[in-house]
Amino acid sequence: MLNVSLKELSAALAQKKISSAELTQLFLDRTSRLNGALNAFITVEAEKSLAQARVADERIAKDDAKPLTGIPVAHKDIFITKGWRTTCGSKMLSNFVSPYDAHVIERFNEAGAVILGKTNMDEFAMGSSSETSFYGPVKNPWDRAYVPGGSSGGSAAAVAARMTPAATGTDTGGSIRQPAALSGVSGLKPTYGLVSRYGMIAFASSLDQGGPMAKSAEDLALLLNVMAGFDARDSTSVERATEDYRRELDRPLAGLRVGVPREHFGEGLAAEVGRAVEAALSELEKLGAKRVPVVLPNSGLSVPAYYVIAPAEASSNLSRFDGVRYGHRAKEYRDLADMYFRTRAEGFGAEVRRRILIGTYVLSHGYYDAYYLKAQKIRRLIADDFVAAFKQCDVIVGPTAPTVAFKIGAKAADPVQMYLNDIYTIPANLAGLPAMSIPCGFGAGNLPVGLHIVGNYFAEAKMLNVAHQYQKATDWHKRAPAGIHL
Amino acid sequence: MNWEIVIGLETHAQLSTASKMFSGGSTAFGAPPNTQANAVDIALPGVLPVANRGAVERAIRFGLAVGGERVINRRSVFARKNYFYPDLPKGYQISQYELPIVKGGEIRILTKGGEKAIRLTRAHLEEDAGKSLHEAFQDMSGIDLNRAGVPLLEIVSEPDMRSAEEAVAYAKALHALVRWIDICDGNMQEGSFRCDANVSVRRPGAPLGTRTEIKNLNSFRFLERAIGFEVKRQIEILEDGGKIVQETRLYDPDKDETRSMRTKEEAHDYRYFPDPDLLPLEVSEEWISKIKESMWPLQEQVMARFLAKSYEEYAAWEDKIDMWVNEAANQVVYGLSEQDAKELSSDLDRARYFQRTVELVGVQHAKLCANWILGDLAAALNKAGKDIPQSPVSPEQLGALIKRVVDGTISGKIAKELFDTMWTEPKPFVPQEDYPNPVRYPRRQESDIPPNLALLMSLQGVDEIIEKRGLKQISDAEEIEKIVDQVLAANAKQAEDYRAGKEKAFNSLVGQVMKATQGKANPAQVNEILKRKLAH
Repeated sequence: MLNVSLKELSAALAQKKISSAELTQLFLDRTSRLNGALNAFITVEAEKSLAQARVADERIAKDDAKPLTGIPVAHKDIFITKGWRTTCGSKMLSNFVSPYDAHVIERFNEAGAVILGKTNMDEFAMGSSSETSFYGPVKNPWDRAYVPGGSSGGSAAAVAARMTPAATGTDTGGSIRQPAALSGVSGLKPTYGLVSRYGMIAFASSLDQGGPMAKSAEDLALLLNVMAGFDARDSTSVERATEDYRRELDRPLAGLRVGVPREHFGEGLAAEVGRAVEAALSELEKLGAKRVPVVLPNSGLSVPAYYVIAPAEASSNLSRFDGVRYGHRAKEYRDLADMYFRTRAEGFGAEVRRRILIGTYVLSHGYYDAYYLKAQKIRRLIADDFVAAFKQCDVIVGPTAPTVAFKIGAKAADPVQMYLNDIYTIPANLAGLPAMSIPCGFGAGNLPVGLHIVGNYFAEAKMLNVAHQYQKATDWHKRAPAGIHL
Repeated sequence: MNWEIVIGLETHAQLSTASKMFSGGSTAFGAPPNTQANAVDIALPGVLPVANRGAVERAIRFGLAVGGERVINRRSVFARKNYFYPDLPKGYQISQYELPIVKGGEIRILTKGGEKAIRLTRAHLEEDAGKSLHEAFQDMSGIDLNRAGVPLLEIVSEPDMRSAEEAVAYAKALHALVRWIDICDGNMQEGSFRCDANVSVRRPGAPLGTRTEIKNLNSFRFLERAIGFEVKRQIEILEDGGKIVQETRLYDPDKDETRSMRTKEEAHDYRYFPDPDLLPLEVSEEWISKIKESMWPLQEQVMARFLAKSYEEYAAWEDKIDMWVNEAANQVVYGLSEQDAKELSSDLDRARYFQRTVELVGVQHAKLCANWILGDLAAALNKAGKDIPQSPVSPEQLGALIKRVVDGTISGKIAKELFDTMWTEPKPFVPQEDYPNPVRYPRRQESDIPPNLALLMSLQGVDEIIEKRGLKQISDAEEIEKIVDQVLAANAKQAEDYRAGKEKAFNSLVGQVMKATQGKANPAQVNEILKRKLAH
């Protein structure tokens, strides 16, 4: 049961081979056994989960089950969850119990899924290694000396270690895809606006997008069916007809045009990653796809543009954490200004403070045009690059991250090296395009390599089709970390 | 040498929506602290803003009133104004910065020198902050977030005013306008309408002097006094060879002075940037024309209509003429006195009530309708301490009543009794859909049945009372003659007196006839018959 697909779990529940309570207990046991070593979860509340599981069992007994009814799903601790502590990986919210549910949580609850727990993450989703969490770093299940990627590293590690059948994540610059790649799981960032941001603690509002993380593209499709949907409470939510993201899974790839961007195979790409991605491209060709060289001339500008826009929005989004109404407040202070200073200095970690400072600086009087406005123009150019590229191809394929997982602490002292980890994933956020990562091999030390697939706007079904066909022909996604006893 | 005073005003008008600018929270005033603040208003993690369509519509109405379609930006952008304060839950205020919803327009005021147009720079939508309560707590401050997120329209004028009197005239004209177009209740005590004044002085012809900004003036009197004080202060400094410091000042009404709040150096860098949580605000042509159609003509136009003595006098406003279907067809006019026209157009609700009544009775009887509304209705409302929208007698009912006077069914005297009955025994004669908010009396469409239906129902109601109480006027000449004969037979002495030249005796005879008919005899007929009989 630990290593089977959501479809199989659903069937087992429907056929009463196992109850949701039993299934939930199974994963809770595994989580409690492994979390000490991996630190993938910040909060687990077995009683709450089991109560939900029992309700799900009643639904199943009444034949009122939906595809995910009774299946445990772990949620990144950025999703506001009613009655649960929601920390966003920060000391600032270490005491925050939410009075309401995020739209994504509502959707999973309606579907009858069971909340297995809240997963660890970089503080306020700022990081690419899950090391900036106030609750300690997440360990990569493939080798615990290595990072799982970030910021959704807890969700990635939990899926990789089979502590949960599936998880949610959020992706602002690669925070679903990069940890999926580094931890050897599948992860999808939908088109901006497809999944409501209501109740998803904001990092950079114009870039943030929630999405699923799981063992396979097929599972992702099932999860996306639940997560996607219009929400009037999010003004950037897109109103469009509901679709079944599984509908194109079995379509053959014959005639598919796979765009390969030159810029994503240049300097900085580790040879072992390049080789695995090349092999995956050959595999896609074997399945009938055609390789089309494409260019994304401005992609080199994406990291600097991102590190203006994202901190700018973050500096404003995080202003609400001021110690006045909820969350951490300094114990002692002289006056109001001192209360703000101390509360925020104590409540936020170093990386969050760094980004607030950068963001505050770039929005300052006299610098706005030179930084923020310019970055927005670059953003437009990057989006235009994709528009041009998608005239020649159906999906764009390349490496998700330039290297396999790095050692914990290796890049912690060098933010720029850390930021460059997202060089291939950031452009999709800037353009608002859907993108995903699926396992495509291993590099040195048996660490996973991720294959990056970018689709056109709202082309999630097509991307999932490509990924599923690839996964039918390969078994990278089925491999579980050797050190984790199943 | 003399000084020229230069004043510009920034006015915050609270928009009269039931819910907040970016959340579904209630805007009701006076509730216990923090009971009108929802998850969005208190800025819980993860919440998002959604713009209030009603607030946007009100801003558009304002734009249409001050400059027409051309001053409405079809695309405007919400921006974040970032600063920390405990009553600002998000740490930023959502406002509009580079692209406001209204750009330009003007407000006309009357000055000693005649009419003057004060140009508007812009008007933009924003949300209010909460309130800090410093008095009630020892060594602590309380925060009330009921106000947080309340929709405001900030209206910024050009520095076109040259005296405190002009500034007050502008503020008053603006106040009357926002109430007339029904976007703000104008309640200054509750802070629904408040002004900041930018004041500077200069030698005539010189470039603009350094200005100071006086914050939060919530009455016309304070506005006038604060400007007066500030102008005097600035002139004294300059005449002593000093320099004005650009700063924000606060007016203290108790001491009647302004004092420094913060200087330019202490001013915040608000780090404005477009709010990524909100899409640019797109206003379609269709929406604008829909709003335009639903709007009443402006106050001065309505007054001009009420005053007009000939159809041509107001035929000039062709775009609005279709509102007044009856008159256009019949070419009849209201022709009210200046006093009546002024009073009836002093308040939108009253004007609407009048307009509706006239619509039902007929424009030729406008004067009679005016008399009723400014007379009996106003007195009854005043006595009951009610405003016209709360009148127990609807315009349809009053219209029905007047119609029965006009067609001779009841006498004017009986009508007053009938009015009292309707006032004390209000009946739901009028279908409620005739009172949709905020436009309470919708513009009449020729195809609309409801106004006639409402009248019909009201007429039935009135007729029922007339019937039940036997109030119907006796206009049957034979019947009146019979009663006159009886009265004359019983009062031979008075008849004699009258014939002998005592005019007073006539009135006494009329009184007797009315008494015999319980006031229901048609007075004109009684007079005529009595005169005829006495002439013999």
